[in-house]
Amino acid sequence: MVNLSVRLGDVALKNPVIPASGTFGYGREYAEAYDLDILGSFSWKGTTAEPRLGNPQPRIAETAAGMLNAVGLQNPGIDVVIAEEVPSIAKLFHGPMIANVGGFSVAEYAENCAKLNDVEQVAILEVNISCPNVHAGGKNFGSDPKAAAEVTKAVKAVTNKPVFMKLSPNVTDIAEIAKACADAGADGICLINTLLGMRIDLKTKRPLIANRTGGLSGPAVFPVAVRMVWDVYEAVKLPIIGCGGVSSAEDVCEMMLAGASAVEIGAANLRDPYACKKIIEALPGVCEKLDVERIADLTGAAH
Amino acid sequence: MKQSLFTMEHARQLTADTYELVLSGDTSAVTAPGQFVNIQLPGKFLRRPISICTWTEDALLLLVRVVGEGTHDLVRCVPGTELDVLSGLGNGFDWTKGGQHPILLGGGIGIAPLYGLAQRMLEAGVTPTVGLGFRSGKDAFYLEEFSKLGCRLLVATEDGSLGTRGFVTDLARHVPECDYAFVCGPTPMLKAVHGLARLTGGQFSFEARMGCGFGACMGCSVPTVNGYKRVCKDGPILYKEEIVW
Repeated sequence: MVNLSVRLGDVALKNPVIPASGTFGYGREYAEAYDLDILGSFSWKGTTAEPRLGNPQPRIAETAAGMLNAVGLQNPGIDVVIAEEVPSIAKLFHGPMIANVGGFSVAEYAENCAKLNDVEQVAILEVNISCPNVHAGGKNFGSDPKAAAEVTKAVKAVTNKPVFMKLSPNVTDIAEIAKACADAGADGICLINTLLGMRIDLKTKRPLIANRTGGLSGPAVFPVAVRMVWDVYEAVKLPIIGCGGVSSAEDVCEMMLAGASAVEIGAANLRDPYACKKIIEALPGVCEKLDVERIADLTGAAH
Repeated sequence: MKQSLFTMEHARQLTADTYELVLSGDTSAVTAPGQFVNIQLPGKFLRRPISICTWTEDALLLLVRVVGEGTHDLVRCVPGTELDVLSGLGNGFDWTKGGQHPILLGGGIGIAPLYGLAQRMLEAGVTPTVGLGFRSGKDAFYLEEFSKLGCRLLVATEDGSLGTRGFVTDLARHVPECDYAFVCGPTPMLKAVHGLARLTGGQFSFEARMGCGFGACMGCSVPTVNGYKRVCKDGPILYKEEIVW
């Protein structure tokens, strides 16, 4: 019997498989496909202070082994999420939740996280610092160590919950950003968010996505994510949620070998709504093949 | 929503770029005309959403226009090919709302779901008027199939090579008694039909670039009078009164 349980700091998960934010909504659509209680956790759709309608159409473009998206954080806003989505999730999923929080200013991140402090089911705050900083010319919080540290500190000051900073891969040195977050008191790191990309329609000679650029996800980004998880594992002593192009139980194990304690599955869910279920079912067999009794032993074992 | 394997039974070429496909498999998740299936193809990351033309207990009939690599590969699947299909997606048409004189207006490949819709209406004792529009006579397809159903069929082509010269909106003007429309076609056509003053109501099938096709990713959300709606999950059928252009 393979033991699939893992820990993210003080939070115990029954297995390392977590649907990634933005690919799983608030769980409702997938609950039509399978029992969500098989999941280790799930990270809900990135939530901001105000409701957001998102970007104009089209928002999606296919790529080789992946896709670009520019949804633009469409979400009903933190107050509606707490009032309506949290009770709805409680009926569908009974494990620890990861609340993905967006923001366009340091104050907004702190305000959102403060509101979630009393939501019992939320076990981890996953702070997405890939949003543009409206107070600093639109540069992403996640592309500047100082800004990343500032958000980390502000959020830590208003919550008792563990804070995982979700990093953008669109930086020169992701380990530097991770260190800045760790020094500012982060409890963990989640990486990577999508890679900035573009496709151009040969017929119209214009970008395929209305927003021009979009975030690349899917198997195409997996090796980039594995490398960055490796780098961050070497740089900080915090639990890591590995994310980026994971599509199989083998990918989950590879990401853990690179240094992840748990693994998020994103674009794979959009291609196959049963992806997480299939991966969880395949994990014991893959672990047996790897001669591993406790999957948690894989974390960082490649170093 | 149901995920299952379907088997390609046959592909028949209808025009230069349009094919009729029959896929056998479990269609139990399909509940209404106007719904779609999302088909996984080898080497393609995203599935291809295809409107259901009609269905039986154990087979799907699809009409597919080749518009890119995915549809190119799909229509070339040889009989016996197994395809991973998500079926029963989208809300579908509510044909009970069409009254006694519904008109079904389709443009190009948009005529596909109207066939299954006409079948269901005729089974329920309502004879719909069907107006089909094509660029030219050589692009027209499924006219005989619609005629055989026993509905009143009108055809328009932009170049006048078949039927009335003009658009489906011109056809709608020939039948003043029809005041409720079921519409599927390119966006400019939907918009033109939506603007017809005498329609009291209608259901319009929208197309979108989709990520998942089942409501999770927000990739296909569009604004409506009632807030943003996901074309894949809350649609693809939107009602006349809620549409924002």
